Amino acid sequence: MGKTIIDKIWDAHTVRTEDGGRSVLYIDRQYIHEVTSPVAFAGLERRGIVVARPAQTTATADHNIPTVNQHLPIEEEQGRRQVEALTENCARYGVELFGVGHPRQGIVHIIGPEQGFTQPGMTIICGDSHTSTHGAMGAVAFGVGTSEVEMALASQCIIQSKPRTMRITMNGRPAEGVEAKDLILYLISRISTSGGTGYFIEFAGEAIRGLSMEGRMTVCNMAIECGARGGIVAPDDVTFEYLKGRPEAPKGAEWNAAVERWRRLASDPDAVFDREYTFDASRIQPMITWGTNPGEGIAINGRIPASADRKALAYMGFRSGEKLLGKPIDYVFVGSCTNGRIEDLRLFARLVEGRRKADGVTVWIVPGSKEVERMAREEGLERIFNAAGMELRQPGCSACLAMNADKVPAGKYCVSTSNRNFEGRQGPGSRTLLSGVAVAAAAAVTGRIADPRHCEE
Amino acid sequence: MIPKFEKLTSRAVPLPIENIDTDQIIPARFLKATERKGFGDNLFRDWRYDEEGRPVADFPLNNNCRFGGEILVAGRNFGCGSSREHAAWALFDYGFRVVVSSFFADIFRGNALNNGLLPLTVSDGFLAAMLTEIAANNNAKFEVDLEAQTITILSTRQSESFEIDAYKKKCLLGGLDDVDYLVTLAPEIKDFENGKLKLEN
Repeated sequence: MGKTIIDKIWDAHTVRTEDGGRSVLYIDRQYIHEVTSPVAFAGLERRGIVVARPAQTTATADHNIPTVNQHLPIEEEQGRRQVEALTENCARYGVELFGVGHPRQGIVHIIGPEQGFTQPGMTIICGDSHTSTHGAMGAVAFGVGTSEVEMALASQCIIQSKPRTMRITMNGRPAEGVEAKDLILYLISRISTSGGTGYFIEFAGEAIRGLSMEGRMTVCNMAIECGARGGIVAPDDVTFEYLKGRPEAPKGAEWNAAVERWRRLASDPDAVFDREYTFDASRIQPMITWGTNPGEGIAINGRIPASADRKALAYMGFRSGEKLLGKPIDYVFVGSCTNGRIEDLRLFARLVEGRRKADGVTVWIVPGSKEVERMAREEGLERIFNAAGMELRQPGCSACLAMNADKVPAGKYCVSTSNRNFEGRQGPGSRTLLSGVAVAAAAAVTGRIADPRHCEE
Repeated sequence: MIPKFEKLTSRAVPLPIENIDTDQIIPARFLKATERKGFGDNLFRDWRYDEEGRPVADFPLNNNCRFGGEILVAGRNFGCGSSREHAAWALFDYGFRVVVSSFFADIFRGNALNNGLLPLTVSDGFLAAMLTEIAANNNAKFEVDLEAQTITILSTRQSESFEIDAYKKKCLLGGLDDVDYLVTLAPEIKDFENGKLKLEN
């Protein structure tokens, strides 16, 4: 029987198998950040051991840092201490750090692929659930807890049970104006926030193949939101084209050999997945969530289901059966590891060019990395934002989880390109509506929930 | 070096809500410590306290009758969302040793096991029976026997067996730590790396 791409990569990284079936899994690269690493480093110190493979570990500061005035010391004390602890730990154990202000700094899941660290066939972990993003490059990548961060620092391995496999095939071509975010929000609305739990998902089909690398990252990023450990897209020319020439990508003869190897990295034609779903992507419309988990999504012009969860409705201030179109909003957040890449900022700029931000709406445009910020400046995107009365901030996780000052006030509505609409996610009492970039742009210029396909002036 | 899991008899705290995500278990603004302590104070912070910091009267953790319960009984898909291990730390620090649900999110389950907190999966029927028992009797007691892999409602003697993988069971019962174990595998990991390099070149 053939093997899935997930089994192939997992098996090639299994050092040994424990009683009961858990794998001692070798990790090619670990990314660390300031929030989930300090306790792991403290564990190493307590045990009197060091980082086993510092060269396979990459650090950045992203979760709690401010997105303005990054040249100044972080005002908030606890956040500053976490960043200082990361800096000290990296210096002490010889781990490369892209700290605040560094030209290669950014959200960990943006810079991994962008800098070429993330490559096909790898196993990758990070103490952050959106590590699934890296699967878009053809890697087995997943989020772990701090205990596992410590395991990998100490040994370059973790101990986990092998996931079951799921394939989600998206046939057809998405309609004009439908983006990667809409595909994944649609998927989660169909299979629910627990539909993928216990599984690792391979995303396949024409609609996935037709996505750019950035789009594939958006899809894999939210694999965790249906409960899956991770998502993966088999590498192809789109992958190689994206990776070629990036700072950490193989060069010259090594590059050719690597591509040769990566081309063979696909599920065998007779591979059997534990579960399969097929969807028709041509019928998907721009999506938005109405509730308090990412599975509570509807088409932008749809109605909140009659069966909607009452607790979620009460929190959001909505009624079942009503439309969201036309409802006023207060904030728009463009950014995060889901939609903070240059392609996202380009799309947002194209849609707001020549228009003005609606009165009373606060718009946060937060690049995913210093590199994205630099490109946004050089390409003139920042000028477009400014002309529309909006501002390009500095890179970080920002209002996705509101660990820094970018908080949505209680009761306010935020159309957000991020990945979670949980209660209080963007600040205590905040109300989040998840969407793609186009729906966010329409909200920014109209001040309302609007269909980006019909919101010309 | 994790706390050993002993056989346990305790009251339980009901939280029959589905899809409880780790942002509710511990909101992101409380993840800023660089040491692993005190997270229990902010467990379920925004459900447990109002904006002025006053306890919310009808939240189960604020019910006197529930104090001291070491078992949390929650709706399905408990622990979804963020991978923050702080969620497991907060539950353990507050005093919970077992979370019972009919379905757990993957990362949370792993984090709990790595911290001596038992994520115990029961059938929907048994979960309902536990909640009925708790509603009928504030003082209802439950027994969790990891060695035998059973959970029992003491008043009715209704019992159900649960699954746990052999390796993790051994770790919990013995208080064994994955890091210590992995460090002993260093030579085998080195051999693996050498073999892997050869394959790639």
